Amino acid sequence: MTCTEFLAQLDDLIDESVTAEMRADLREHLRGCEHCEVTLDTTRKTIEIYRSHEIYDLPSAVSQRLHAAILARCKKGC
Amino acid sequence: MATIQPIAENEQHPDVALVERVRAGDVSAYDTLVRKYERQIFRIAQHITQNREDAEDVMQDAFLKAYEKLEQFQGNSKFYTWLVRIAVNESLMRLRKRRTGRMVSIDEDVETEEGSVPRDLADWAPNPEQNYTQAELGEILRKTIQGLPQGFRVVFVLRDVEQLSTEETAETLGLSVPAVKSRLLRARLQLRERLTRYFRKKKGSKEAGPKETGVEK
Repeated sequence: MTCTEFLAQLDDLIDESVTAEMRADLREHLRGCEHCEVTLDTTRKTIEIYRSHEIYDLPSAVSQRLHAAILARCKKGC
Repeated sequence: MATIQPIAENEQHPDVALVERVRAGDVSAYDTLVRKYERQIFRIAQHITQNREDAEDVMQDAFLKAYEKLEQFQGNSKFYTWLVRIAVNESLMRLRKRRTGRMVSIDEDVETEEGSVPRDLADWAPNPEQNYTQAELGEILRKTIQGLPQGFRVVFVLRDVEQLSTEETAETLGLSVPAVKSRLLRARLQLRERLTRYFRKKKGSKEAGPKETGVEK
């Protein structure tokens, strides 16, 4: 397997949607390719860091305004 | 951060009962749905509009529109996915208003070849985020994702941050499944490459180096 072929499967590997056979081939490539190992590892970390950090926090004042607006609209009925 | 868990086919999603209660006139059930998803909808609107005021307006308009259109919600997709679709459309409309005379779509700027092949192959320091304060890290993550083309950013946000499935993302954005997959790979690789500038392992050290001053490079 070449690095380009590995890269084509990168997302499916991360999303755990590769067949057992393909997974074995990808693991085999990783054993001999430090570059692809780094790419896989740091891509996983990229996803994890964006998933675990709230970069746009909803301020409570904005939330309160939203609930007041919803309530005012709902009182009129659907 | 809330995540959307997949549900078994024969198991009813809890939102279905809440939607039924709203249809029967129970306003508090709608408030429950709003509380459940307001943070996600605000995030999505921020990522697309890149403007705090617009994101606030989009969030409010999306929830009000969803309430008014609730009769049209068929229940063959999840309420959340349906709501996200409304929020994405509202966000794009808001952008169009800001950039009058210019079409805005999620197909913008996706022809770039940048980042489709990894170039910077430096490994990251262990727990590199610990080298920054929460405020610095937030700034790095915001700047980095804001630099992505719109069409990549929205796919990454829906798939990887909000954890919609590939099919749900495709349906929400009106894209094909292969288009979502192609954009997701490039979005992930570009973000990885850009974050490497901040998180790379310093030469000659197993640990990260001294803290950088500022986040701009």
